[in-house]
Amino acid sequence: MLSLFENPRLRGGIHAEEHKVETSGVPIAQGMPLPKRLYIPVQQHVGKPAEPLVKVGEKVLKGQLLAYSQGTISAPVHAPSSGLIADVLDYPAPHPSALPIRTIVIETDGLDEWVPLQIPVDPFELQPEEICMRVGAAGVVGLGGAVFPSAVKLDLGRKNQIHTLLINAGECEPYLTCDDRLMQERAADIVTGIRLMLRGMNAPAAIIGIEDNKQEAYDAMTVACAAYPEITVRQVPTRYPMGWDRQMLRYLTGWEIPADGRATDIGVVIHNVATAYAVFKAVCLAQPLISRVVTVSGGAVGKPQNVEVLIGSLMTEVLAYCDTDKAAISRLIMGGPMMGDALPRADVPVVKACNGILALAAEEIETPDVKPCIRCSTCVGACPVGLLPLEMASRIKANQLDAAVDLGLKDCINCGTCSYVCPSNIPLVHYFKYASGELYKRQQMEHKSEQTKRLVDDRNQRMERIRLQQEEEARKAAEARAERQRQQEAAKAAAAAAKATEATKVTEESL
Amino acid sequence: MSIKPVSGPHVIAVRRVDEIMGLVIIALVPATAWGLLLFGFPALYLCSATIGSALLFEAMCLKMKGVEAAPFLRDRSAILTGLLVAMTLPPWAPWWIGVAGSAIAIVLGKQVYGGLGQNLFNPAMLARVALLISFPIEMTTWVNVNPLFFGPGPIDSLAITFGNAGADAVTGATTLGAVKTGFSNHLTLPGSLSDYNGFLSFIGWERGSFGETSSLLVLGGGLWLLYKRVIQWHGPVALLASIALLSTVFHWIDSSHYLGPWAHLNSGAIMLLAFFIATDYVTSPNTPAGQMLFGAGCGILIFIIRTWGGYPEGSGFAILLMNATTPLIDHYVRPRIYGRYRNGRPIDISQS
Ligand code: SF4
Ligand code: SF4
Repeated sequence: MLSLFENPRLRGGIHAEEHKVETSGVPIAQGMPLPKRLYIPVQQHVGKPAEPLVKVGEKVLKGQLLAYSQGTISAPVHAPSSGLIADVLDYPAPHPSALPIRTIVIETDGLDEWVPLQIPVDPFELQPEEICMRVGAAGVVGLGGAVFPSAVKLDLGRKNQIHTLLINAGECEPYLTCDDRLMQERAADIVTGIRLMLRGMNAPAAIIGIEDNKQEAYDAMTVACAAYPEITVRQVPTRYPMGWDRQMLRYLTGWEIPADGRATDIGVVIHNVATAYAVFKAVCLAQPLISRVVTVSGGAVGKPQNVEVLIGSLMTEVLAYCDTDKAAISRLIMGGPMMGDALPRADVPVVKACNGILALAAEEIETPDVKPCIRCSTCVGACPVGLLPLEMASRIKANQLDAAVDLGLKDCINCGTCSYVCPSNIPLVHYFKYASGELYKRQQMEHKSEQTKRLVDDRNQRMERIRLQQEEEARKAAEARAERQRQQEAAKAAAAAAKATEATKVTEESL
Repeated sequence: MSIKPVSGPHVIAVRRVDEIMGLVIIALVPATAWGLLLFGFPALYLCSATIGSALLFEAMCLKMKGVEAAPFLRDRSAILTGLLVAMTLPPWAPWWIGVAGSAIAIVLGKQVYGGLGQNLFNPAMLARVALLISFPIEMTTWVNVNPLFFGPGPIDSLAITFGNAGADAVTGATTLGAVKTGFSNHLTLPGSLSDYNGFLSFIGWERGSFGETSSLLVLGGGLWLLYKRVIQWHGPVALLASIALLSTVFHWIDSSHYLGPWAHLNSGAIMLLAFFIATDYVTSPNTPAGQMLFGAGCGILIFIIRTWGGYPEGSGFAILLMNATTPLIDHYVRPRIYGRYRNGRPIDISQS
């Protein structure tokens, strides 16, 4: 009934159990002891992995470049502390598969000694290009979980002449409060970061969207923005997935991004609020992205809180710092409980994408049996994209992937809202992820078979060419032979004729 | 294909299927209790027979399919179906009518389609319509109000439900039946409705199926379900609005021939249909727009069948007809996908 009065700009979504109070009131802990070893994967962003430029045994200082970015979409990684390069090896990644990836291991020396930093006198005197360059060189990537290299986005924004920068401070995932705390404690720095981003993109205005369950953060940001009329702070309803930036954009402005397009197509660039803070550090303090605030929470955690963690620290150490009861962990999650990944092991490093480490106890994840779909359409009403999850799932179950695509499978953002509300506990998102994986595989296969076909075609053509060539040569050779023969014959004939003439002559003469 | 849940969401909402079914049953309790109060022990026996046999048939079918019955019986959907069947029956109907109703609902209406969530038609409505066609006498023998403790006692009632004593009760027609017979005897509307009292009809002090006489109580249960967000308003509102609109227009054209909106909305199973049958998850469309279409279709068909059809209490036909169109509605009425037009094409950049 209430939906009658709802904002048409707001579609679907759920009010999930929040679990935020455990950590939202506790200041960010800065005192985590320096780990003995730091594990820094060279790929912590969307795009090409960075290329290591340090050797085993080399001494590095805090903030020193460890691996440089390659290609247009990439980001460098830096040393989170000073020490020796102990190893460059393949180490398990913080990923459900725990597949090993190239990782640089630093044995810390405890001195935490910085490289000399080139701090600009007045960052707002820098040229826009220079700001973007510094952001890129500092290895800043989207910290909301998407880890897209931020400098690339800023450059794109400048080139596309955008009119609005949307700062996503929704933080709609249950449990997570790292952005909330960051805003409460470091609002002024965040606002500086936002202003630098605006300058870097030559953009006129920014909107900050904050869910209305974070009143303190909203107040702090409002105060910090008071002097800057180009930045507006707005509250948005607390409804997962409000942190889906397209949803937030639609709610705040009514603008919708075309399904096949990007935000820049309509003159908007969207950044996460923690990214703005990283931009501040990169430009004003010349510090690369070597640490981040991580929410550590869940039933197995004794002291749930937000911790400023050095990139490369092992999760086991972070969990130990927060008094986690290892035996009580039923599921370890990186990120939030809705979209985060379940990790098979805890001795994996904290990376730039890691906004939460959740050690959930058994009672938090209890899952009743899967029942048949009762077509209650709760999932339809909850989907923020406007899809028909039950129909898509039933197509996928019947292995009709194309039918699922027709229903909009490719528009699904895997937010998990539908699975969350399903009273039959059907793992809808798993179906969608499975189908997307299958489609990807199929595409790869097609690609491969196309390539093979091309190769075969090429080869056939080559063979044909060779054959034609050979034929041509053979023909020419035959012609030449024939010619020679003809000539020879002609010569013979001529000779014979000559003889004959001679003979005649002789005869004549003899006459 | 087997899917092993490896990723999110790692937490889930608390409301499960059995809870939803439970809430719907609770919403029906006031109307059921009122029915028991009005029609006494026979109604109680009939209701027990229906629910009991519904559970039994469900268990039997599951057993034949080779699945474990207990988890499915616990989802309460069979109880709900049994209860709905009972509510649509004449309160003093013999036990075998109830059992036959449950058999039709559970076996033919649900399990042959593959069980919960698979059926095309609403099981309770299917049972009602099948019974109405097969046993028109038993299905239209309406007793007068015979309140508990004023009517037959528990023992005598056994004879009514399980024996053959039902016929002695004082019987009469329902509002809609009276209108229909009145017309065939060339009476005008006021003549055939001499004893109609709108208020009594609203609170349910009248002849009718045992669970649907009190529009008030059924409506209350329905509103409570809305409040609990078990159902959505689109279907019920469209259904009630279309009937109200049609009856108002026709009543205004010729009030001696056409019942007014008040009588229409209070009679027969309208409230039950609107809030408990047209909102049936399985057999109604998935989208709000689809549900409105469905509800309006039901309303229009009910009005037509009541006004010009041969079955005054035949509104079940309307629901079944609309059930059959549900897949069609679902195919054509879909939500708009973010960033796309209704036809699926991505929106133009200038549009956004
Ligand atoms: S929420 Fe679950 S049970 Fe309901 S329609 Fe969707 S998939 Fe089916
Ligand atoms: S996971 Fe996909 S289908 Fe499910 S609610 Fe989110 S966007 Fe919709």
